[in-house]
Parts: sequence; C-alpha cells; structure tokens
Amino acid sequence: MSAATIITLPDQSTARVPKLNFVTKENGLLSWLLTGDHKRIATLYLISITFFFFIGGALAGMIRLELLTPQSDLMATDTYNKVFTMHGVIMIFFFLVPSVPATLGNFLIPIMIGAKDLALPKINLLSWYLYIVAGCMALYTMASGGVDTGWTFTTPLSTHYLNTHVIATGLAIFVAGFSSIFTGLNFIVTIHKMRCPGMTWFRLPLFVWSNYAASVLMVLGTPVLAITLVLIVLERTVGIGVFDPAKGGDPILFQHLFWFYSHPAVYIMILPGMGVVSEVISTFSRKRVFGYTAVAFSSVAIAVFGFFVWAHHMFIMGISNYSMLVFSLLTMLVAVPSAIKIFNWTFTLYKGSITFETPMLYAFGFMGLFTIGGLTGVFLGTSGTDIHFTETYFIVAHFHFVMVGGMLMAFLSGIHFWWPKWTGRMYPEKISQLAAVVTFIGFNFTFFPQFILGMLGMPRRYAAYPPEFQVLNVFSTAGATILGVGYLLPILYLTWSLKYGEIAGSNPWQATGLEWQIQSPPLTENFVEIPIMDHEAYDYEWLENQNLANQHKQGVASV
Amino acid sequence: MSETTTAEGVLAEGHHAHPPYQRHHFESVEQQFDTTNFAMWLFLLTEVMFFGGLFTAYLLMRNWYYPAFVVASHQLNIFWGTANTGVLIASSFTMAMSVWSAEMRKKSLLIFFLCTTFVLGLAFLGIKTIEYSEKWEKHHIPGLNWSDNTFRNPQSDPEVYKEYHDAPLSPDMAAKAELYFFLYFAMTGMHALHMIIGIAILGFMIFRARAAAYTTGHVTFVENFGLYWHFVDIVWIFLFPLLYLISRR
Repeated sequence: MSAATIITLPDQSTARVPKLNFVTKENGLLSWLLTGDHKRIATLYLISITFFFFIGGALAGMIRLELLTPQSDLMATDTYNKVFTMHGVIMIFFFLVPSVPATLGNFLIPIMIGAKDLALPKINLLSWYLYIVAGCMALYTMASGGVDTGWTFTTPLSTHYLNTHVIATGLAIFVAGFSSIFTGLNFIVTIHKMRCPGMTWFRLPLFVWSNYAASVLMVLGTPVLAITLVLIVLERTVGIGVFDPAKGGDPILFQHLFWFYSHPAVYIMILPGMGVVSEVISTFSRKRVFGYTAVAFSSVAIAVFGFFVWAHHMFIMGISNYSMLVFSLLTMLVAVPSAIKIFNWTFTLYKGSITFETPMLYAFGFMGLFTIGGLTGVFLGTSGTDIHFTETYFIVAHFHFVMVGGMLMAFLSGIHFWWPKWTGRMYPEKISQLAAVVTFIGFNFTFFPQFILGMLGMPRRYAAYPPEFQVLNVFSTAGATILGVGYLLPILYLTWSLKYGEIAGSNPWQATGLEWQIQSPPLTENFVEIPIMDHEAYDYEWLENQNLANQHKQGVASV
Repeated sequence: MSETTTAEGVLAEGHHAHPPYQRHHFESVEQQFDTTNFAMWLFLLTEVMFFGGLFTAYLLMRNWYYPAFVVASHQLNIFWGTANTGVLIASSFTMAMSVWSAEMRKKSLLIFFLCTTFVLGLAFLGIKTIEYSEKWEKHHIPGLNWSDNTFRNPQSDPEVYKEYHDAPLSPDMAAKAELYFFLYFAMTGMHALHMIIGIAILGFMIFRARAAAYTTGHVTFVENFGLYWHFVDIVWIFLFPLLYLISRR
C-alpha cells in the first residue's frame, strides 16, 4: 500500500472545532429529546441502532458458540430457536432496515440537496420515538421468554403451534414498521420538494438517488407487512384467521403477503449502502462516478424489479411450476441493475488516482463480498438449484454475504467517511485500516465455510448437526470471533476520537458534495445561506477552481 | 417590529414577511403547502397498500369458499349499510365545504361544517354499532359468539330466508362463513378505527378553528385532513359493494 493519501487537514496548532454547531447550539437532555434537527435525530438513531446491533451481535455469538460442537450443549434446543429468532428480528428490523437511511441518510440528505432540514422534522422525531417504543417491546419479549418462530413468522407454526410471545413481537415489528414508513415518506417528500436552486435530479449525489429508491420500497412495502402482522395477531387472539389451514385459511397467502414486503426489504437494506459506496469510490479515486445516469437509474430499477420477485422465497412451498418459471426469470433480471452498479464502480476506479483510506477499504470489501453474495443469489433464484439449497446453510451464507459483507461494510465505510463531518474530528487512520482488514478476514472465515456446509446439506435453524460438519463449523466460529474484534475496534477508537481525534476541517477528503463545503460539525441550519448548485455532482475541477479562488482571496486578505 | 402589529391575514400576502405559521426550514409558504400536501398523498398511498393486504385476503377467500361467502353476506343489513354509505358521502361533502370555508376565511361557516362532519362521523359509528350488535344477537361474531346454525339451516332465520331462499350449506362449507365474518369485522373494524382517529382529529380542529387558526390563510391542515377523510370514505365505497352488494343476486 503506498503512502499516498488525499487527507488534507487544517494546521492542527491553530485549528479549532467551530464553537457554534448543531451539537453546541443547545444543551440539556430535553434539547435532544425534543429536537427537530435532522442531524440530532440522526445522532440519536446512531446511538440506538448501535445498541441494538450489539444485542443482535451477542445473540449471533451465542449461536456460533452453540454450533462449535455437533451436540446441543450450550443451550437447550428450544432456547436455541429463540436465540436465532431474536438475532434475526433485531438485526433486520432494528439494525439493517434503519441502519444507513435513519443515520447517514437522515444526517446527509438535507445537506446534500441544499436544504435546512428534512421536510417534516416532527415526523422525523416521531419516527425515532416509534423505533424506541418498538425496540423496548422487542427487549421486553426477549426478557420475558422470547419468541421462536424464526424472523419469518411462518404460518401455521406462528399462529397455531407455538406458545411463545408471537403477539408482542409482531406488534413490536408493526410499530418499527411505522417508524420506517415515516422515514421513507420524509425522504421522498424532502427530495422532491426541498432541493436548492440549481439542484436538478441529475445533479443529485448518487447517495440521494439510492436512498430515494429505498424510501419508495419502505413506503409501498412496509404497510403490507403491517397488515400481515395484524392478521397474525388477530388469528392468535380470536382463533380464526385467513392463514390457518385447519380453519380453511391459506398459509401460502401469508407467504405471499410476508415476502411482498420482506423481499423488497432486503433492497431497503442494501440500496442505501450502495449509495455510500458510490460516494466513497468517487472521492477516493478522484473521478466522477462512471455512468452516473446508469447508476442512478439502476437504483430505481432495483426498487421496481424488487417488487416482482418475492415468490422465489416460496419455490418449495407448492406454488405452480409456471409461477416458478416467471419468478425465476424476474429474479435474474434484478441481477442486471446490481451488476450495472458493480461494473460502473469498477470503471470509476479505472485510471483513477486511487488512495486507500479506511472508507475505501470498506468499500472494496463491499464490492467483493456483495458480488459473491449477489451471484450466489442467482443460484437461489434458479428453481432447480434452489430446491437443493433452500433451508440449508447456503442460504444463510448468501444472506449474510449481502447483508453483513455488503450492507455492514457499507455502513462502516459511510460512518468513517462522514465521521469528520459529523463530529469535526478525524478517526485514527492506521488502527481503523487495521479494523477494516480484520473485519474482512473475520467475515470470510465466518461465512465462506457456510457455503460449503450448505452445499453438503447442513440444514439451518438446528442446534445440533452430524459430526462430519464440525471442522467447517469450528472455522466459522473462529471467524466470528475475529469478526467480533473487527466490530469492537471502531466503537473504541471512534469514541476515543470524539475527544482526541485530529481537527478535521470542513473538507478533509477534498470531496465535492455540498456537505463538504460547510463547516464540520455543521450549523443547525446547515447553510449560512441557501446554496445555489451551479455544477454537476462529482465535479473535481469545480472543487479545484473553488480552492484556487479561496487561496487567492486569502492571499489578497493577508496582503 | 411590524410583524407583531400587522394583522396576520395581511402578512400572508406580504412578499418578504414571513407569516407566523411558516416553519423556519421552508423558503416560502407555497413550498410548505406543497410539501405537506405531497406528504399526505404519500401517506394515503401507504394506506392503500395497508388495506390492499386485506382486500387480497378477502378476494382469495371469496373465490375459495364462494357459497359460504354468498350466504353469509345475505346476513348483512342492506338498509343500514346503504344508510351509512349516504351518511359518509354527506360527510365528505361537508368536509369539502369545510376546506372551502377555510379558504374563503369564513370562520363561523368553517366551524359549522366541521361540526356537521363530526356529527355525521359519529352517526356512521352509531349505525355501525347497531349492525355489530345485530351480529352479536345472531351469534355471528367469529371466535367469541359464533354459531353456524343459520348457514346449515337457513330456514331458521325466516326474515333473510324469505328474501333469498338460500339452500343449506354442508357443515364443512358452513364453517367457512366464520371466515367471511372474520374478514367482515377485520375490514370494517379497521375502517372504523380510521373513522375514530378522524373524528378525534376533527374534535381538535373544531377547537382550533374557534381560535381562528385556519381562517387566516393557513389552510394546509384542513386541506390535508380533508384528503384523509375522503380517503377513509373511499375505502368504505369499496367495502360496501364487496361485503354487502355483490352477492345479492
């Protein structure tokens, strides 16, 4: 790795974090709990989702520990069922869905489009409170005995056969769903109506495009999940329902309704991450994103196609061969816009001046792991191979490659990339590069063996397994330990950097986005004056001219 | 400052002055109105998807258990159903008039129309209560107070029988009538819940309208609530034929 870097920091002996910014504007707990400022709400979200990430992570650790040996010895099989269910519920609904949109998206979208705030600040705050209420409900179910349906709530298992806290968990997800609906709604309205003068749709940073696409999915998909959960709750309380075959209901109907949300939901989770990667790749290769329009529209295409592929989760559930054929084909089609993104990022790198700061390392991790995760998704979208792989560890590995290898890498990339903007201070570069590499290695150790386990036929969701699978499971558990270290490190050094990090100045990466042209941390109103966008996105020449002009101005001033 | 001395109504017309109801992060009142209005439409879109799940379940079950759904729907009271449709359409009219009064800045007219909408909303819920209690008497409440006697032996309910002459259902099919009533209560219940929320907001609006909150040029809230009210009305316009009418002949 060369020593080349693009980091440009102000003179540390004289530089100060601006006295007046969104953090110092007002003091006291209430000024945070009643705030309408999108940056403060993003901060609240960041703290809360980190909390839930570590709960979900602890549960994952327990799963891996149990699977170290072929017998079920650490916990009873019933407990194991609850642990993997709560791991899924917390990671999906309380970490992955809100991860990038509610934190980075909340913080950045208004600034990137040149607005003072999101369109509906009170709704934004309400969405955080709903998230917290839902989170407390989920914690309550965990503390009072948990739920063991799997995060998919498969009927009639969830309506008929189990006596765990299905109702409470269902309601928790119902409330969390509204939090996500309000976030998505707010983003769409903001992006449509609050753009500054000159900010046309095709001058928007790609981060905004991908969050827009994810918001469309949130707004259209989540209500369907909500009504599905309401029907499950009614079915359990009244004892009648449309899902229980014993009473004449249709469990396949549940699958249709559930996956109508939950397949688009994986695009809700991954699209904002793709937006982060677009920003990072462009900044650290000093080039406009290759094929900007294609990348922008590929986000929209993923959102649109994403709504017509849900039945590929149901190939073994008795849908007709014709539906299988159609949904298989449509699933292949989603691979096209995803590939467009990967190819365009690669072409952005081509002949760019690449440097390897931490966000870029994470972004590279994303590109590699997401490609593997995406391509194995094609295996699963093909009905023939899917019937072999479904309900094995292959699917677990595929999902985690996309979500952990893809989304979590992108999330960490974005957190490091915008950390200087958010806090006004740099994170320590060397140790964070180490953390990125540790995460990558640990991740591959954890999840690559699971592809092989799945190929060999190890089923998912069991506490015990035949002894011949043990070697690969030991690999996986060892990898999870390394991965855990990779996730703990950022928590430690990012907290450290809040006080001791170097002063970042307004534009440490020499990036072009509007957010980098204002002070860090930003003012409560973001801009002293509403900006006028007079150049394309990722226009590094414009930035250079701007810098020259500023130097000239300073020169004149000092003379 | 002039802002404290000038009447609010004059300020709204002013070019550079910011009326007190303009939130700080908007550039103009027009932008604020456009934005919240667009947000309301998007929210209604999520509501469409929400009710869409229920409609899907209803259509599927109706296709599977057609005979049970036909006989069960004959049990609904078409008189009260029609009356309620009329009440709701009338309330939509008074709601539209409320928006108009707010725009025309006629305070007492606005209060009058809001109150009428409020009363009509309550009337709808009252009629719904009559219908629900009729279901209770006939043991048509799934899970709580249920008997499929009327469907296995239609002649036991002479009033309905003399109109439709339904043939008795097999015990298997008669049991499916419970599914019909489950969906009936889920759909009309979800609709009634939206009505209750709407009526609560209406009460709040009447209170605020008396303090002249909507008649000084700031009609956004009334207009957006109007959209919500009409949406809830439209949901009923779909529910009424699906549940009451399409199995009549």
